[in-house]
Amino acid sequence: MIDTLILTLDATMRVSTPLIFAAFAGMFSERSGVVDISLEGKMLAAAFTAAAVAYLTNSAWLGLGAAIMVSVSLAMLHGVACVTFRGNQVVSGVAINILAAGLTMTLGLSWFKQGGQTPQLTDAARFSIIEFPGAEMMRDVPVIGGIYSEMLSGHNIFVYLAFLVVPFSWWLLFRTRFGLRLRAVGENPKAVDTAGISVHRMRYAALLCAGILCGFAGAYISSAQNAQFVRDMTAGQGFIALAALIFGKWRPLPVLGACLLFGFLDAVAVRLQGVEIPGLGKAPIQLIEALPYILTVVLLAGFFGKAVAPKAIGLPYVKER
Amino acid sequence: MTSNALQLESISKRFGAVLANSDVSLSVEQGTIHGVIGENGAGKSTLMSILYGFYQADSGSIKVFGKEAKIHDSQDAIDVGIGMVHQHFMLVDTFTVLENITLGCEGSMLLSKGQAQAREALSKLSREYNLKVDPDALVGELPVGVQQRVEILKALYKGAKILILDEPTGVLTPQETDDLFKILLSLKEQGVTVLLITHKLKEIMHVTDNVSVMRQGKMVAHRHTAETNPEELAELMVGRKVVLQLEKPATDAGSKALTVSNLKVRDAQGIERVKGVSFEVAAGEIVGIAGVSGNGQTELMEALAGMVSPESGEIRYGDLLISADHKVCPSEMRKAGVAHVPEDRHRVGLVTSFSASENAILGYHRSSAWNSKGVLSSSTVGKHCAELMADFDVRPQDPTLKCANFSGGNQQKLILARELDQTPKVLLVGQPTRGVDIGAIEFIHQRLLDMRNRGGAILLVSVELDEILSLSDRIIVMCDGRVTGELAASEADECTLGLMMSSSRDINASEEKE
Amino acid sequence: MKGLDRNLPTWVNVGLLPLLNVVTALLISAVVFWLIDVNPLEAAEILLYGAFGYQEGIGFTLYYTTNFIFTGLAVAIAFHVGLFNIGGEGQAYIGGLGVGLLCLALDASVPGPVLLLLSTLAAALFGAAWAFIPGWLQAYRGSHIVITTIMFNFLASSLMVYLMVNVLREPGQMAPQSRALAETAWLPFMHDLFAAIGIEFERSPLNISLFLALLCAFGAWVFIWKTKWGYEIRTVGSNQQAAVYAGIKPARVMLLAMAISGALAGFVGVNEINGVQHRLLLDFHYGYGFAGIAVALMGRNHPIGIVLAALLFGALYQGGAELAFEMSNVNRDIVVVMQGLVILFCGALEFLYKPLIANMFKEKTA
Repeated sequence: MIDTLILTLDATMRVSTPLIFAAFAGMFSERSGVVDISLEGKMLAAAFTAAAVAYLTNSAWLGLGAAIMVSVSLAMLHGVACVTFRGNQVVSGVAINILAAGLTMTLGLSWFKQGGQTPQLTDAARFSIIEFPGAEMMRDVPVIGGIYSEMLSGHNIFVYLAFLVVPFSWWLLFRTRFGLRLRAVGENPKAVDTAGISVHRMRYAALLCAGILCGFAGAYISSAQNAQFVRDMTAGQGFIALAALIFGKWRPLPVLGACLLFGFLDAVAVRLQGVEIPGLGKAPIQLIEALPYILTVVLLAGFFGKAVAPKAIGLPYVKER
Repeated sequence: MTSNALQLESISKRFGAVLANSDVSLSVEQGTIHGVIGENGAGKSTLMSILYGFYQADSGSIKVFGKEAKIHDSQDAIDVGIGMVHQHFMLVDTFTVLENITLGCEGSMLLSKGQAQAREALSKLSREYNLKVDPDALVGELPVGVQQRVEILKALYKGAKILILDEPTGVLTPQETDDLFKILLSLKEQGVTVLLITHKLKEIMHVTDNVSVMRQGKMVAHRHTAETNPEELAELMVGRKVVLQLEKPATDAGSKALTVSNLKVRDAQGIERVKGVSFEVAAGEIVGIAGVSGNGQTELMEALAGMVSPESGEIRYGDLLISADHKVCPSEMRKAGVAHVPEDRHRVGLVTSFSASENAILGYHRSSAWNSKGVLSSSTVGKHCAELMADFDVRPQDPTLKCANFSGGNQQKLILARELDQTPKVLLVGQPTRGVDIGAIEFIHQRLLDMRNRGGAILLVSVELDEILSLSDRIIVMCDGRVTGELAASEADECTLGLMMSSSRDINASEEKE
Repeated sequence: MKGLDRNLPTWVNVGLLPLLNVVTALLISAVVFWLIDVNPLEAAEILLYGAFGYQEGIGFTLYYTTNFIFTGLAVAIAFHVGLFNIGGEGQAYIGGLGVGLLCLALDASVPGPVLLLLSTLAAALFGAAWAFIPGWLQAYRGSHIVITTIMFNFLASSLMVYLMVNVLREPGQMAPQSRALAETAWLPFMHDLFAAIGIEFERSPLNISLFLALLCAFGAWVFIWKTKWGYEIRTVGSNQQAAVYAGIKPARVMLLAMAISGALAGFVGVNEINGVQHRLLLDFHYGYGFAGIAVALMGRNHPIGIVLAALLFGALYQGGAELAFEMSNVNRDIVVVMQGLVILFCGALEFLYKPLIANMFKEKTA
């Protein structure tokens, strides 16, 4: 029983990693007042780029760099559309998601001739697993050994990085001048403008952060968690991350909690595939998978607690009325 | 010889066809409280926005402490020592007082470092100017009066030597207003120059040293406060126009068409705007409500029209009762014969992106005259609109033209046509001639009189005194959400009205004491 | 949508600017073709031939067009009331579920015409319900409709997988599909109709739900511009304060518009289940809901524009399939790219050229 739990938690760490990157990307963007439903598209494009570049250069790191660049470019496109030209932020997000879905497959087919997939990455071209010292030795110690060598040790660098992103983002948002201004822009851009700070520049900076983090999320999926890019690889994780962001009420620790909860639900669903639960019959996997969405809808409707979004979210800033 | 803190020379600013500021000059003596008074839309806010770098003036110059200043954005204004307390506070509700005050001048990359210094500086400022606030309180949880104090501190923290306050008392309770004035006086003692923008005469008389009056984008007068009086200022603000001579046959006041008793109304922010108003309007009578704009007239009209529900009290149109427990929708009011020409044409009375004919049925779109078998007949509506346009001389006489493309006067005539077409028993009409050319004014006034002569009841809200004087049979004066006077039109003149418009409870109270 | 510049003449606002946006989207599509080593002109030729060059191609084009008209209208109706319904995807899916459930229950006992009528109603009802809930949550609980409809897309997906795997799967079969529906539940194919009047037409999935789509487009036009309900919808979408002044209750009008929007999206189920698949299965709706956004934006939320944009997208879908068949280094996803570009330039960047054009006009008049 405990072993099963440890294995599930181990899987939770792996599944939560891209959610954490993407949800925190969304946090930067939405805290600055820009709705970001294009987390999915940025992740997908980054996943494709990482796999493609890692394959071509045989370097996982170059793949990551390229993935970040592509993801950031999409974030900047979002900025041009809805910060500079004051377009509809949701429409822009939808466009980026669809563009990413189409471009990855189109370019993938043309470059690699494998029906849109990228070729399998060799071990050298992907991120490898980091074993903690003594993990092998600890393996047989009951409980603690399992936790140490299964759950904590034996992940690739992204997993650990994701857990560093949380305190770093918190520090950046709540303990620095940059963070103060970024949050202010999302609450009351006029207050920022009258204080002599450029609203547009702050929003672009926030989108830059979002782009970088989505780059990590995408690269993780295609060059660490897996070893190639396949069609629609992100499979809605960008939207789960968005749900986690809302469920965590746009605050770092609760968002981390939501990512872990949603990751856990996913890991459980995988584990329960085809399992008969005594008295219940077949495990309702689809229900477990749908829980993040149900919880988010219920929360948004204010049936428990109230998710208060940044006040200026979704509104283009117009200086002169 | 005192020097000027601020000197504006012939500032002009145009928005499209509207000249918001026309050749405006203003000198503000250092260390004084200087009032700028004028009605809504007189150009005060535009002038202050130019001073604070939100807009660029088309022409003219600004001198701050004798030096020419080029103000392109808020940062430039802050740099020359101008601070501004906006009408709608520029505060982040989810931040603490300290975070709000330091926003934009945090001191260092890391908040903790800068904030320690800021905390000290702030407590010094608080002591100096006697402005008490808790630096760690969340701004959103503070009462409005304290939030305003935070705004003042924010400006002072950034080194403001000239403090502009734009309509600062609109959101305050009387006690908070008194506190604010104490603060302003102590700022003055410390050598800060205060520029107070308001449309409330009482405040000007109470706290300023000098006052400048704006009307329709122009600066019309400068006075030492001690040498003027509220009546003169009211007249200057409202201005005189050629009084249009209207033939007004005597009618017998008929039965009561509208009875309002002890009505109280709150606005969307929860502030009480109408504070217990009672009056009646009889059939065949025009009752004018005079007053400086912003004294509860807007909210009164919205409640009377069923757009917001009263907080307490009653409104009665014949058998139709409206109260807090008995809410009535505007469409039921129309059925009961109550028509409404709202004071804000663009935001309320029209859908500017719709054609004239679509606007001609706004609020009456469910009428069986143009609905048959579920279909709204556009040809019938078009014909109807053409008739209205011909009857009310709306030009261009094209029902398919988008409403946004009509001039203000023609838009207003279309609304009036729509509302009068149903031969209502009661007409509520707000600012019927605001932004309307002279020819149309005469026409609109005649139509209103026609309705009265037919036995209709009209409640007219206007800031134009001559409009009130020439149309009304009876005049009610509103100030600060209360009725401060009521008199027959024959007994009224601008002087009496001006006195009533500038009165308030305090003045009444002091008069009673004497 | 909003934001038309009053200082610009009408033909610029509704003609030139949208045209410039579409042309930009097409030009960048050409760049993408060029990037993958395909001559854009050659591609366009194959695309056009695939879409319109032969009977089967035309059939497929119009079959796709049918779905796009439904989802495009759905997005447009919601736009008119000022809401962005990106849940067309889920509403189409659930609409199809309604059709499937009804036909599986009644196809043995109810005569064909009645069954088809009922299943059309079921599609509308199920689709409407799936849009009504987010609409209600927006109007009365303040949840943002965009987020809720996204969540409802995923919920629809999970629900369908659950039902197809656990409840509705044909016994003894591996594939998550229901049993085939009785022929009474089939909509007539166009090629059969043509054959009945003696015209030979190649087989294609095109069926008479195209007429339903055209009827809906006409109906939407009448509803939006010729009824008091449409009038109220447009008033709420343009100026909520004026709506309140006119005695309209914005929350109720929003609910009405969302229900109609969902019903229209639900009709995709009629075309797919009654018309083509003849059984309930997974993912028959895939992508049509999102394409509806592009169709509505490009058609400027007007039924005529939507029918034309739907035809263009139908042609792109079918022509894209032809292209994928003819050229080894292209697949149908190139159409998805073009769709994304249309949404980007006709939607998010709709004001791209406005400052430029406005400047040109200012100089001219100055």
